[in-house]
Amino acid sequence: MDIFLQQLINGLVLGSVYALVALGYTMVYGIIELINFAHGEVTMMGALVALSVIGALALGMPGLPGVLILAAGLALAIPVCVALGLLIERVAYRPLRNAPRLAPLITAIGVSIVLQNLAMLIWGKQYISFPPVLPQGRYEILGAHITDVQIAILVLTVLIMLGLILMVQRTRLGRAMRATAQSRQVASLMGVDVNRVIASTFAIGSALAAVAGVMVSAYYGLAHYYMGFMLGLKAFSAAVLGGIGNLGGAMLGGLLLGLIESFGAGYIGDLTGGFLGSHYQDVFAFFVLIAVLVFRPSGLLGARGIERA
Amino acid sequence: MSALLAVKNLSVAYGGIRAVRELDLEVAQGEMVCLIGANGAGKTSTLKAISGLIASHGGSVHFDGKSITRLQAHEIARKGLALVPEGRGVFPRMSVAENLMMGAYVRTDRMAVSRDLDHVHALLPRLAERQGQMAGLLSGGEQQMLALGRAMMARPRLLLLDEPSMGLAPLMVKAVFDIIRHIAAEGVAVLLIEQNAHLALKTCVRGYVLEHGALTLAGPAGTLAADPAVRQAYLGEGA
Repeated sequence: MDIFLQQLINGLVLGSVYALVALGYTMVYGIIELINFAHGEVTMMGALVALSVIGALALGMPGLPGVLILAAGLALAIPVCVALGLLIERVAYRPLRNAPRLAPLITAIGVSIVLQNLAMLIWGKQYISFPPVLPQGRYEILGAHITDVQIAILVLTVLIMLGLILMVQRTRLGRAMRATAQSRQVASLMGVDVNRVIASTFAIGSALAAVAGVMVSAYYGLAHYYMGFMLGLKAFSAAVLGGIGNLGGAMLGGLLLGLIESFGAGYIGDLTGGFLGSHYQDVFAFFVLIAVLVFRPSGLLGARGIERA
Repeated sequence: MSALLAVKNLSVAYGGIRAVRELDLEVAQGEMVCLIGANGAGKTSTLKAISGLIASHGGSVHFDGKSITRLQAHEIARKGLALVPEGRGVFPRMSVAENLMMGAYVRTDRMAVSRDLDHVHALLPRLAERQGQMAGLLSGGEQQMLALGRAMMARPRLLLLDEPSMGLAPLMVKAVFDIIRHIAAEGVAVLLIEQNAHLALKTCVRGYVLEHGALTLAGPAGTLAADPAVRQAYLGEGA
């Protein structure tokens, strides 16, 4: 019982992070049918920028409350990631807007290699640990534990998702995004500046990536220049699992992937009689992805979703 | 007085193949003009070039005395020129109400927008009945109505229509053209492209005939409809 509940909590927390990153993939795909493979690296940059700020403040102003320090880290990481996302769109994707689909895919991979190396030059190859500024509260519910950080991640993710849904469904920008996703040409006939809408989509996705990067490094207590690769791959898988291009799908896919991983890691030892350990958790995630794609190639909520962004 | 829309020497080319050659065309304030021609004559290319969806190869387009030749589609739309594209171009995964709101996307005068919405609903009661329905689920005729209503929501000074009768049953064609006449009667200039030359010439005041990318005839609709060459080529009369 307590193991089950514990894995449920861990899975939801991990899944929240995947979902936030997956939203970035799915929003961009929904609007221009491009897989922005550099998105994972944007997440990594967000984490490292925030960690630098948090580390400097924790050393320089030790009296400052941890939550304020964290907010300062986010306050820099978000604009840096937004600027990075806009730059990537402008330099690597926009010139290829009408090129064959493979071309922007290749520049995407190129950008992600550039960003990894840039991060390695700035922050080095070593793991950077999260400074101990965060509240360390730990609560017990029905035999399982949940920490302050986990609660914060869950609450923040729910708020961000609700905000995003409202934005896409109710605001003028959201309507323009959906119109652009359905037909760029007709949207422009309505007076929509399509390039600006696409840039806004990258900006929003990158802001979400910054938040997710800070969350994941706070959760694991670590960050490094290569963390964006696996995180990006899993979040992309989550987006495909839910049905790429579909906002609700990215949220569902992210949470599911987190839960699958968490339960997989929790029970894999028992299931295989100790033959495989919890470090095989990634196998579960990708196994499920393959299975879903075999039976439902458009993902769980794919293709027929009407609230694509 | 200068024309509302003045197209001079317009050329459009796709990869070296010229689709439109040195075309001159004018539409006056509040005038109804049609451009007729066979399939592939370059009618759609002309409209797309005017509205900025494709780049022109040469020539100029002036709207209300100002050049819009090099502007992008969204900039041209904001000047008061609305194109209803071939195949309606409704947003299939948006509700009817949201499609209409997209028509008023650039407008900030909320009061006037909601008055215009009432006006569109009064003129096109079907749209009022189906407000919440996804546009993709409407019939072809209803989609054409929606596309027209959406264009009206932009309060354009010039309406460009690309084959509004295409794929519609005769009764629906009549209904759609009644609405087009109604819009024109409110003072909106109309440039209509049609394969159905009979209907176009009956509806409009003036017309142009386009063949293989070049204009061959121009004049009052009545004169064109009486022209033996037009009658033979476009009005289905034997020689």
